[in-house]
Amino acid sequence: MATEAKGEAGGLVFHPMDQFIVSPLFGDGPVGLFTITNVTLWMALTIIAVIALMVLGTSGRSTIPGRMQSIGELAYGFVYKMVEDVAGKDAVGFFPYIMTLFMFIVFANFLGLIPGSFTTTSHFAVTVVLALLVFITVTVVGFVKNGAAFLGLFWVSSAPLPLRPILAIIEVISYFVRPVSHSIRLAGNLMAGHAVIKVFAGFAAIAAVSPLAILGVTAMYGLEVLVSFIQAYVFTILTCVYLKDALHPSH
Amino acid sequence: MATESTGQTVSTCVVDGSAVGMPQLCFDWWPNQIFWLTVTLVVIFFFLSRVALPRIAAVLAERQGSITNDLAAAEDLKAKAIEAEEAYNKALATARAEAQKIIAQAKADIQADLDDAVAKADAEIAAKLAESETSIAAIREGAKDSVKEVAKDTAKELVAAMGGSADARTITSAITAKMKG
Repeated sequence: MATEAKGEAGGLVFHPMDQFIVSPLFGDGPVGLFTITNVTLWMALTIIAVIALMVLGTSGRSTIPGRMQSIGELAYGFVYKMVEDVAGKDAVGFFPYIMTLFMFIVFANFLGLIPGSFTTTSHFAVTVVLALLVFITVTVVGFVKNGAAFLGLFWVSSAPLPLRPILAIIEVISYFVRPVSHSIRLAGNLMAGHAVIKVFAGFAAIAAVSPLAILGVTAMYGLEVLVSFIQAYVFTILTCVYLKDALHPSH
Repeated sequence: MATESTGQTVSTCVVDGSAVGMPQLCFDWWPNQIFWLTVTLVVIFFFLSRVALPRIAAVLAERQGSITNDLAAAEDLKAKAIEAEEAYNKALATARAEAQKIIAQAKADIQADLDDAVAKADAEIAAKLAESETSIAAIREGAKDSVKEVAKDTAKELVAAMGGSADARTITSAITAKMKG
């Protein structure tokens, strides 16, 4: 998130979206499927951070936890309780999967807050895959566990009979919109926040407004810290809600 | 935002080092991101499900177990303390009753001794009294005799002085009669 604004012929030019460019780490060639890019770097750092917290942090296995182990246990308890409370006791089997999603998103978000870093979760490519994974999992689980009864999710039996077909159409549409909103919510929030920070940083080039611009960057950064966690939380809890629909499709 | 025709250039999404439109919608980069995301998720999932989560679950279970054990032990100790207190109270009550009994016993003993001593003293006093009374009676008797003697002698002398003569018997009987009267 380095300041990118350059004065050109006395004017200001903003490039708030340049921070999202995917580029190869080594060389200058095109970005192929297996090219090692800044995406690779920041995803690797995410893996390292997750392992540092959850594996190395808990390596002591102490009954009285240290700082790192406390945070690891806190994250474990937080997600476990969420899965249990929202999706139900029988969804506990999906806990490692949901934990993976949560840990990846939360660490990718926070690593993206480091100035100059690359925010992997601000890309639709990433969030769409995450959301589709959830969507496919939920749909498959729903049909495997309930068979055709899963379609009862779309047939609102508590509504008056004439309304039910209309409601069914609405329910089907809303069901298929889920992965779209699920993915755009996450990437959109992060992208917007980071772009706004960059715009504020661009204004810092003008001496007259630079204190205000720096204040704006600081305020936005604080907000982004909140957003980073809240969006990870929202993504995870929505996954739990969808999973609950799959396991208990009755309204 | 051209999504096709990558060619040999870096990308049509970047011109002069700046992004064209939203880099998020540059589909040239999608396969790369999706590939690395898949790798990342698989690695994180592997580490979490194989190592981290079972370990944390074990630690939490162990902690829960030790907390439960400690609580049970504390409950046990508390019961023991209550028991000990009860035993102490019981012992205290027993000791108090014992002391009460001993005090009563001692009081009774002292009373008995006292009664004994008082009785003995009374008997002694009575004996002394009787003795004194006899000796007083004896003295009184002796005094009477002496008075009779003195009266007889005086009477004889008086009679002689007045020129009369009287035999001893008459005088004695007269004195005895007088003294009786």
